[in-house]
Amino acid sequence: MAKELWKGNEAIAEAAIKSGCRFFFGYPITPQNEIPEYMSLRMPQEGGCFLQAESEVAAINMVYGAAGSGARVMTSSSSPGISLKQEGISYIAGAELPCVIVNIVRGGPGLGGIQPAQSDYYQACKGGGHGDYRLVVLAPSSVQEAVDLTQEAFDIADQYRMPVMIMGDGMIGQMMEPVEFREVAKRQLPDKEWATTGTKGKRKANVINSLFIDPAECEKHNNKLFAKYDEITKNEMRVEEYKLEGAEIVFVAYGTTARIVKNAINTLEKEGIKAGLIRPITLWPFPYASIEAAAEKANVKAFLTVEMSMGQMVDDVKIAASGKKPVHFYGRTGGMVPTPAAIVEQVKKILGGVK
Amino acid sequence: MAVIFEKTKALTDKTFHYCPGCTHGIIHRLVAEVLEELNLTDNAIGVAPVGCSVFAYDYFNCDMHEAAHGRAPAVATGIKRVHPDNAVFTYQGDGDLASIGCAEIVHAAMRGEKFTTIFVNNAIYGMTGGQMAPTTLIGQKATTAPLGRDENHAGLPLKVSEMLATIPKAVFVERVSVHDVKHINQAKKAIKKAFQLQMEGKGFTLVEVLSTCPTNWGKTPVESLKWLQENMMPYFPLGNFRTPEEV
Repeated sequence: MAKELWKGNEAIAEAAIKSGCRFFFGYPITPQNEIPEYMSLRMPQEGGCFLQAESEVAAINMVYGAAGSGARVMTSSSSPGISLKQEGISYIAGAELPCVIVNIVRGGPGLGGIQPAQSDYYQACKGGGHGDYRLVVLAPSSVQEAVDLTQEAFDIADQYRMPVMIMGDGMIGQMMEPVEFREVAKRQLPDKEWATTGTKGKRKANVINSLFIDPAECEKHNNKLFAKYDEITKNEMRVEEYKLEGAEIVFVAYGTTARIVKNAINTLEKEGIKAGLIRPITLWPFPYASIEAAAEKANVKAFLTVEMSMGQMVDDVKIAASGKKPVHFYGRTGGMVPTPAAIVEQVKKILGGVK
Repeated sequence: MAVIFEKTKALTDKTFHYCPGCTHGIIHRLVAEVLEELNLTDNAIGVAPVGCSVFAYDYFNCDMHEAAHGRAPAVATGIKRVHPDNAVFTYQGDGDLASIGCAEIVHAAMRGEKFTTIFVNNAIYGMTGGQMAPTTLIGQKATTAPLGRDENHAGLPLKVSEMLATIPKAVFVERVSVHDVKHINQAKKAIKKAFQLQMEGKGFTLVEVLSTCPTNWGKTPVESLKWLQENMMPYFPLGNFRTPEEV
């Protein structure tokens, strides 16, 4: 198939439909509006259902109902709306239901702004809602990757019975890039024997639930969830390593920030400074091992984490580096985007400091 | 020996956890008997709320979802959109439906979602220990209204059936009570009608059932039944608020 020019939000929506998603429940919020708008037209064409809910709270609970009923289902929103969905996301994780949640992140806190940001990393990866649970968090850095990861997201959700978040910053949602809708290798997915369909008199009743009033049972349920999360950490971690060979400075960045960093790396190369990049594609599970390995290398002098936030992922980089090499941070936030020149300057400061 | 009474198969054998004199048990049985009589047990998907009936998924012998507090109508929307041919119902109390879930019930009704809501109104938060509900009567004492509900401070009790009856796609709205046999029989008729209309695809259907809470009202079961008649029924009048014209 020839490449076509697609806007990120619409490409994600089309990729979801191509992945067999037939139910979408959402609520308007900038900068993700093209997803529900696209779905409202395309879903009925495919015999699916688009519904504009009365709130993000209702939308995520419609997702809970549809996911528990065995459907491939998705919702999308942006930061303040994702905050509203957290209760439902916790219930979905607790009840072990598969679904895909798209967060096209904007500046915060509060109403914040509508320009791109990465300040929802903690919310996505460190909880967000109440209780011990995880989401698989996928962070595309191009529209093509957003398409590929959307198709994967539904399979991961179904394979492990858990919510998967696609976290793109506003730029991923709003920019247009050439895209090819590729065939993704089909996974062997388990039957949804647990789904509510009506018993048809053929089986015992199925119950979708996250309530365990006996604390011993509740702990057992948590242990079961975490055994699953261990499996996912083993099987689903994704990371890109770029020009790490001989690098003095190792950047850690994700999403569109990683592309800006690559630009800075190429500038530095021309100036004779060797720098490389570790780009987490799964923010959870986080690629600690790549950073640990880099921290062990003699040529690596320091890490520089670049984010469109005040510094959130940098905590995980510090955990992985475990004091073996200094971990620096450079960030812009509130919708401001770092420039390659500013990043190059940061590297020079760091190298000046360690030489 | 002739069998003269059999518990409906739409209820499991699990023992109810409800307090003595609470009418949730009667209402559960009415819903279950209707499911069985309409041959819907194997087809039904119910949604349990947060509140005293949080364990309803253990009692109804059909597929069930447990919803977050107030969100049952949104969950039921998701279920019914996936399974339009199934009988879908929510079972919700007054804290769940009339307070935290007010937006969800209004918009489900507005869209004409084709499920049935059983709304159990006992004018108090039961499970959390007797706090004031949106349906708590003026002067009625609650743990968060120790001197009785004051309308100048907490407003007037919400009349859910009357409010929802203003919504065109809420095709069947009726308030019933279960304080005596005659009213129990009328309540069952209303619940049956609601499920029939759902299965005919008419629109959103709701039955509000006035119910007792002896524990949190601080009354005996018998006193509670009397209190319901003397205090709740004048403010929450029984009757049908909406029926499709052709029926």
